[in-house]
Amino acid sequence: MKLGLVIDLDTCVGCHACATACKEWNGSSAISGPLSDYDPYGAEPSGVWFNRVRHYEVGQYPDSKTINFPMSCLHCEDAACVTVCPTGASYKRADGIVLVDQDKCMGCNLCAWACPYGARELDEESGCMKKCTLCVDRIDNITLPEAERQPACVLACPTHARHFGDFDDPQSNVSKLTAERGGFKLLDELGYAPVNRYLPPRAPPAVATAAPASESAVRGEGALSRLVRLARQTLAR
Amino acid sequence: MTIPAENRPLAVESPRERKVHFTTCYMCACRCGIQVTVDDGRVRYIQGTPGHPVNDGVLCAKGSAGIMKQYSPARLRKPLKRKPEAVRGSGEFEEIEWDEALAIVEARLSHIRATDPKGLAFFTGRDQMQALSGLWAQQFGTPNWAAHGGFCSVNMAAAGLYTIGYSFWEFGAPDWDRARYFLLWGVAEDHSSNPIKIGLDKLKRRGAKFVSINPVRTGYSAIADEWIPVRPGTDGLLALAIVHVLLTDGSIDFEFLARYTNAPWLVVQAPGSANDGLFARNAAGQPMLWDEELGCAVGGMTRQTKPALFGTWTLPDGRTVKTVLALAAERYLDIEYAPETVADACGVPAETITRIAREIAHVAFSETIVLPIAWTDAWGRRHDSVIGRPVAMYAMRGVSAHSNGFQTCRALHLIQMLLGALDGPGNFRARAPYPKCIPPHQRPNTAQAMPDTPLAQPLLGFPMGPEDLAIDRDGRPLRIDHAYSWEAPLAAHGLMHMVIANAAAGDPYPIDTLMLFMANMAWNSAMNTAGTRDMLAARHADGSYKIPFVIVADAFSSETVAFADLVLPDTTYLERYDAISLLDRPISEPDAPADAIRHPVVDLDRDVRPWQEVLVELASRLKFPAFTHADGTRKFRDYQDFIVRYERAPGIGFLAGWRGVDGGQSFVGAPNPRQWDAYIENKSYFAYQLPEQIKWHRYANAGYLEFAKEVGFIDEAEPIVMQLYSEPLQKFRLAGQGVYDGPRPTDPDDRARLVRYFDPLPFWYPPLEMEASGQGRADDAYPFHALTQRPMMMYHSWDAQNAWLRQIIADNALYLNVATAAALGLADGDWARVESHHARLNCRIRTMEGVEPNTVWTWNAIGKQAGAWGLAPDAPEATSGFLLNHLIAEHLPVAPGSTQRRITNSDPITGQAAWFDLRVRIAKCTSAEAGPHPTFEALPDVGAPRPAVLRWSSR
Repeated sequence: MKLGLVIDLDTCVGCHACATACKEWNGSSAISGPLSDYDPYGAEPSGVWFNRVRHYEVGQYPDSKTINFPMSCLHCEDAACVTVCPTGASYKRADGIVLVDQDKCMGCNLCAWACPYGARELDEESGCMKKCTLCVDRIDNITLPEAERQPACVLACPTHARHFGDFDDPQSNVSKLTAERGGFKLLDELGYAPVNRYLPPRAPPAVATAAPASESAVRGEGALSRLVRLARQTLAR
Repeated sequence: MTIPAENRPLAVESPRERKVHFTTCYMCACRCGIQVTVDDGRVRYIQGTPGHPVNDGVLCAKGSAGIMKQYSPARLRKPLKRKPEAVRGSGEFEEIEWDEALAIVEARLSHIRATDPKGLAFFTGRDQMQALSGLWAQQFGTPNWAAHGGFCSVNMAAAGLYTIGYSFWEFGAPDWDRARYFLLWGVAEDHSSNPIKIGLDKLKRRGAKFVSINPVRTGYSAIADEWIPVRPGTDGLLALAIVHVLLTDGSIDFEFLARYTNAPWLVVQAPGSANDGLFARNAAGQPMLWDEELGCAVGGMTRQTKPALFGTWTLPDGRTVKTVLALAAERYLDIEYAPETVADACGVPAETITRIAREIAHVAFSETIVLPIAWTDAWGRRHDSVIGRPVAMYAMRGVSAHSNGFQTCRALHLIQMLLGALDGPGNFRARAPYPKCIPPHQRPNTAQAMPDTPLAQPLLGFPMGPEDLAIDRDGRPLRIDHAYSWEAPLAAHGLMHMVIANAAAGDPYPIDTLMLFMANMAWNSAMNTAGTRDMLAARHADGSYKIPFVIVADAFSSETVAFADLVLPDTTYLERYDAISLLDRPISEPDAPADAIRHPVVDLDRDVRPWQEVLVELASRLKFPAFTHADGTRKFRDYQDFIVRYERAPGIGFLAGWRGVDGGQSFVGAPNPRQWDAYIENKSYFAYQLPEQIKWHRYANAGYLEFAKEVGFIDEAEPIVMQLYSEPLQKFRLAGQGVYDGPRPTDPDDRARLVRYFDPLPFWYPPLEMEASGQGRADDAYPFHALTQRPMMMYHSWDAQNAWLRQIIADNALYLNVATAAALGLADGDWARVESHHARLNCRIRTMEGVEPNTVWTWNAIGKQAGAWGLAPDAPEATSGFLLNHLIAEHLPVAPGSTQRRITNSDPITGQAAWFDLRVRIAKCTSAEAGPHPTFEALPDVGAPRPAVLRWSSR
């Protein structure tokens, strides 16, 4: 089993719904909450988030494209954050989810340095490392209705740009989407074998143009007469 | 390297203490269904309600962050009275009890009502219960009520309701499931939130083309298949150039025009006469058409009529008449609207305009959808299928917030009519209770206020002509906001943005009390913010305030709360009952008339009261007839009781679901004492799925029209004929020309404006401030368009108090195109001085590619007054965030020294605030200048604790 997310860059409008839904669920989660917010009403508000959305532009005006790019833990197959952990707090489950055992973490930050994606955030108040759990306490929680056993970000995403599933199952939604849409691994060349995939923007659809009703598009009186004739012909049918 | 997998036991959350409630979000205007999990009295989790008509389970950033609003330090906690020695605006208050607060209001208002009811101006901002607020004001007897539509969406609403019978934003939605081509005009990231996001995903999955026409490429525009960076204020020109191409090419749905629009109606051609430009009508008042088969003019359309779309004739009475479409074709085929003519002004290449027009024509006429659904039209013709021309459009702020927005929006509807792409499969579709007759039957109140007397009809409505204006015998406005005066004749949502300026100036009369609900008029909802604040605190020579008393009802300590003499603290949306009514702006979707409620899901922990409860209480104390029995005793126990038992007409009340004594009736039925419970048991919404045969082309669908009449949406089951040519506009124009057979203005400015802008056919004119600033001339003093847009994760000023959302954005810069910035010698992070004809501000600069080079923009309402919204005085919202509003004047510029009268900076037709008309010049600050400007004194601390670290958990 290899659980992870597919994130569709074709439909992500950068609304941050995933980020706040994540913050909301996990802030009160028994396994990773609270997620501290520092100076929340003051000069330098900041805090612990599992999921952040960045915004980029590619190309030059007027052909520029704005890319909204959500990023959270990619649950790498070769998760350096796990191997460097001196206390054994970081671990990878059989289903592929990378977690931090809050009782064992001493907040040494080694894992955050080892993570090439910047996906881990130290909670300075608890002194423990925090990261995306794929909402393990939703997907494992049999007291929730089955449809809700999904990561909070996936449930919330208004453009349905986020999908959760098992990449080991070729019939899963995430495997099919990856195959159909050319899902790619982020910075695959670094060699950490990230599980999450991003779907690139689709090519704009080609639309044919209607041919003018007459060969020569004449304006003024000619165009008006033609329009009158067309109207008569159409309504006489 | 393989990492050994291991599973460790995890704490599983117990469902024992958890309760799940369904209610309705209020983090913006979308009104999504939310499922709120409450854990031992504290909010654990807010998620979208699956199956809800608005959001079907998803939720935006604001919705999920609702927890942080619920527990915000900016929440007001008790009624407040301005300290006797404190000046207004200082924010110095003392806490009082509700008994005292209500007694103050009751005494003041009962005196006003008994003497001069127009002395109360009651304006509600982001009000989601306008049906109650409006009724309250009408019962009080003041003409001075409106909500915030005058600076938001009235151009869209009025243009739609005077043209197609439904409208962009509130009363329509694209058919996301079937559209093959979608044009999004000037929509920022919020109108609407989840419905558009859900829809764009649907379009993209089906491979439909999505074109965004917007000077800025963020948000929705970021994922558009094609981005057209139009110059602000020229959307109408672009639309009419598309019309030009469609007409030139003959890509027109003639049958649609002949059947469903007034294209074949005959217009009298008699320049200089009182009838010029009006429809020729028969003795019964029916508009006349030329029947091709009979060879004569006939009154009204029947099943047999064969109307001519083009032609000029002389009627037996000697009048010359011409069809609407002939007039339209003459206008739009003119070279004035050719793509090559408009390309420079719009900043869009002529080839692009032509291509877009031909793409939509291709999709409309060659990718036609045929649904095998039988229906009968209003003339009795049976159709065995529903035809769709799958081009959909949607438009909002970039059209509405310009002074040419009404006519621009009409131009968009013109494209839809020419394509026959309205309310069919794949089109922009109506949301109940619309479509309605054009314009809706309700006329505005035109009666003078009388002591202790309700006004006979609702205050807002739709004038048919000058006789429906709210003016006195001398032509002066009856309303403090000048709505329905010659300055803003079709002001269907009022002009909230003019209230404070007019009240401070005593124009047309002084008022006694200004009562504001949930409107930040001393900050981001004002044009000329600094000036508005001065006016709120302005005094006469004797020291008395020009606006003698200010009451503010709000849940949070906004900048406007500081200007109150009395603050009535409201609850949050999770703490109260609300009805989101079909009498108002409901949550209907095209396939389903729908309404919704809110109900308390957490207990109150402060001494605050729901505003609607306060309104019902005051209505009872002031003995409004609708709220009291003849003996003066109250009719309604409270708001809940009012919602259940108040009937606007027999059987029709605020909520349409579960009516009738046993709850078995929908839309019409006796009050059901268990109606609230029924809503709560049904996830807090009611939705009635329309049967297939009455879902489409509802303006002419006999089955739908009969249904709509039965349930009270419309008065008569008559076809709703779209008004390509608007006779009410022509009547105003005739009044301007001095030939109208009815009220006529005497002021030359009024006359000139009516003649110029009240064109019965859509046309384009430069936004008024652009004209005034000499746009395009070499000496253009203010060469840049300056706009704002709301970020997706913030709703106006409300969300700066939100500990999570302000981590995403807490200050704002002015965005310029990279090349524009380079030409001005500006780089990222520089301080710049930005000046309009009205004022100057300083702000920081950010550069980007995705903005039209003549346009600059920033995020709306991020800048805050220091100390407001429960924030620390050194919060970035106050120290580097800024408001563009400072540069926007509420009046149009006049030449220095001119004695010309001040005219509102609004659309001359609807009075919509023209805040996107703003033109600025930009220069780098000298090192001495750098830093924020203007700045305001910090408000006193509201006293709620601001933790250094927040470790929120519901557990």
